[in-house]
Amino acid sequence: MRPRLPLVAGVAAARAAAGLSRLVGTGGGTTVPGKLLTLLDPTALDRLAARLPRGSALVSATNGKTTTAAMAAEVLSPRMRLAHNRSGANLVSGVTSALLATRDAELGLFEVDEAALAEVARRIRPRALCLGNLFRDQLDRYGELELVAERWRGAVAELAAGAALVVNGDDPQVGDLARKHPNALVFGLDDPRHAAPALPHAADSKWCLVCGRPYVYAAAYVGHLGAYRCENCGHARPRLDVVARGIELDGLEGVEFDLHTPDGERHVRLRVPGLYNVYNALGAAALALSLGATLDDVHGGLARFSAAFGRFERIVIGDKTVLVLLVKNPAGANEAVRTLVAGGPPRLAVLALNDAIADGRDVSWIWDVDFEPLLDGLERLVVTGERAAELALRCKYAGFPESAIEVVGDVGAALDRGLELTPAGGGLVVLPTYTAMLRLRKIVTERGYVRPYWERAA
Amino acid sequence: MKLVVGHLYPDYLNIYADRGNIAVLTRRAAWRGIELTVEPIGVGDRVRPGAHDLLYVGGGQDREQALIAPDLAAKGDAIKEAVAGGAALLAVCGGYQLLGRFYRERSGEQLPGVGLFPHQTLAGERRMIGDVLLECELEPGARRTLAGFENHAGRTYLDEGAEPLGRVVAGFGNDGESGYEGCRVGPAIGTYLHGPLLPRNPWLADWLLARAREHKGADPTPFEELPDELEREAHAVSAQRARDRGGRF
Repeated sequence: MRPRLPLVAGVAAARAAAGLSRLVGTGGGTTVPGKLLTLLDPTALDRLAARLPRGSALVSATNGKTTTAAMAAEVLSPRMRLAHNRSGANLVSGVTSALLATRDAELGLFEVDEAALAEVARRIRPRALCLGNLFRDQLDRYGELELVAERWRGAVAELAAGAALVVNGDDPQVGDLARKHPNALVFGLDDPRHAAPALPHAADSKWCLVCGRPYVYAAAYVGHLGAYRCENCGHARPRLDVVARGIELDGLEGVEFDLHTPDGERHVRLRVPGLYNVYNALGAAALALSLGATLDDVHGGLARFSAAFGRFERIVIGDKTVLVLLVKNPAGANEAVRTLVAGGPPRLAVLALNDAIADGRDVSWIWDVDFEPLLDGLERLVVTGERAAELALRCKYAGFPESAIEVVGDVGAALDRGLELTPAGGGLVVLPTYTAMLRLRKIVTERGYVRPYWERAA
Repeated sequence: MKLVVGHLYPDYLNIYADRGNIAVLTRRAAWRGIELTVEPIGVGDRVRPGAHDLLYVGGGQDREQALIAPDLAAKGDAIKEAVAGGAALLAVCGGYQLLGRFYRERSGEQLPGVGLFPHQTLAGERRMIGDVLLECELEPGARRTLAGFENHAGRTYLDEGAEPLGRVVAGFGNDGESGYEGCRVGPAIGTYLHGPLLPRNPWLADWLLARAREHKGADPTPFEELPDELEREAHAVSAQRARDRGGRF
């Protein structure tokens, strides 16, 4: 067996690699140092995490894990120093890198990839685990939804009895986990005025976990998330501990709601829009409370929160504003479309589809997105990315006029074309997949409009 | 002219954007002046003899497939009669598996099939995931390619003498070994290719529509060509992906 390198030597080498990664311009050093350290010492993650005096908290979900973790960080950071993988590098290497990057951190706050959760949890032994939702996503990478759910059940079973489990009760698969852990906090929405008229086309988890009959929804809020009940066997949403009521959507500007918790109530105003951000805020609030934050901390942190990396981010370019909404799976894209349309449907949009591993090599998911409400309002559409033609077909076969679609392969050129078509003082909506979003950010960073993502950690 | 598509279990079998295939059939029919109506056929519904010119069965996750498999098997005779009577059929992924004789899970548990396609499927250890390119010859002398994406744990073994949909140029295909993909029985096509399949392979959509029109007893004059530039571009990118990174063992 190879002799184990002292952790301190590996840490020094890996930190040097982070500097090198930024120096040669390959990135922010958000994964390379962790990869290197793991090579030098396969147990580095376990050992680095064990040094955190306040332990670690993990956040996972198909949609919203970056935002939920960023909101929780905003709540917790005035009280304690955090190691936090805020740029979304959420595999073992990314978590290890975040631990390396923050000296003297007290608490680890990590978003973790759905498929990597079980391994990271086994190694870090978190004192709190927040699970948001499970939607169909990148089936070429994760396999079927049920496989991810099975891994999550395993992670919950291995959780220390005293650790806090925070789950979204509105998701049947996720909410059910609360019944399997003694120390669980369940969050959800309670405001049927905001229920969707019907389950979306590609809803997941709509059949009873226990008996397979269709759930009956008193209210479906986002995809299959809502107040469900099986009329055959009685399986239903668990009782909610942390609840949003009295929700008021304010277009693209934000959303307000009454936050009900076991510790009391507060009126919350978020500066990010949409029901899905209410879910993110509830998850962050419940997680922070389970980690010892006060209700005032939660209230203040959520009010300060603006936007997470590439998620509803506004970038000012000259006298125009680019609004970036990351899209990566049907459920998330549906909410992006719904929020955009509710805020006043745009007349022009740029859609960007890449098919690298991080985007999902299988692009069929774009056909499950309900783009139609967005297309109804558009006068012109610019499609871009490596699979731009597929996006063009998606819109053509939705009945959008082919003559109003411009195919611009290069993401930078498409951004320029979009800006050219945007009137002075106007806004341009861009919906990119993950690697298209990274490329877009690189372009606007090089042009000096945003700070590089690794500098935002400060 | 009016054509009727029977869409089996749209609530359960829709995992790989099957509605894209339906949208392509609907629009391309409309552009030729054909009104195509889509009738959902759910659990407990009857497949009425002669009512459908084309049947469509999509793919689902294991759980959804297990939920509908007994009902689909009960519809087996009606589906086979429809195809024998000239109705076109397209089955993708899970639907393709369940229209064979059976699907045997690794636990040994067996889902009953319809027996339309002469094949059986056994769940394997490794999923076959990736871009695929096929070469087909559905009509003598007319060689065409199909580009798509596959993601299946099942290995489908065709009976001796069964007609595959095409030869695998790149990717895994039916079982990762035989070099063939899909299955054809007259006007019925089964395949693992999604993506969805028809937007980037419009010739197959037109072939299915032509079979559906024949079922209606209409004059078989060829369809007029459509300006398919975007479709050709999407096909070319997808085909190149299969050549560059299509799966193999």
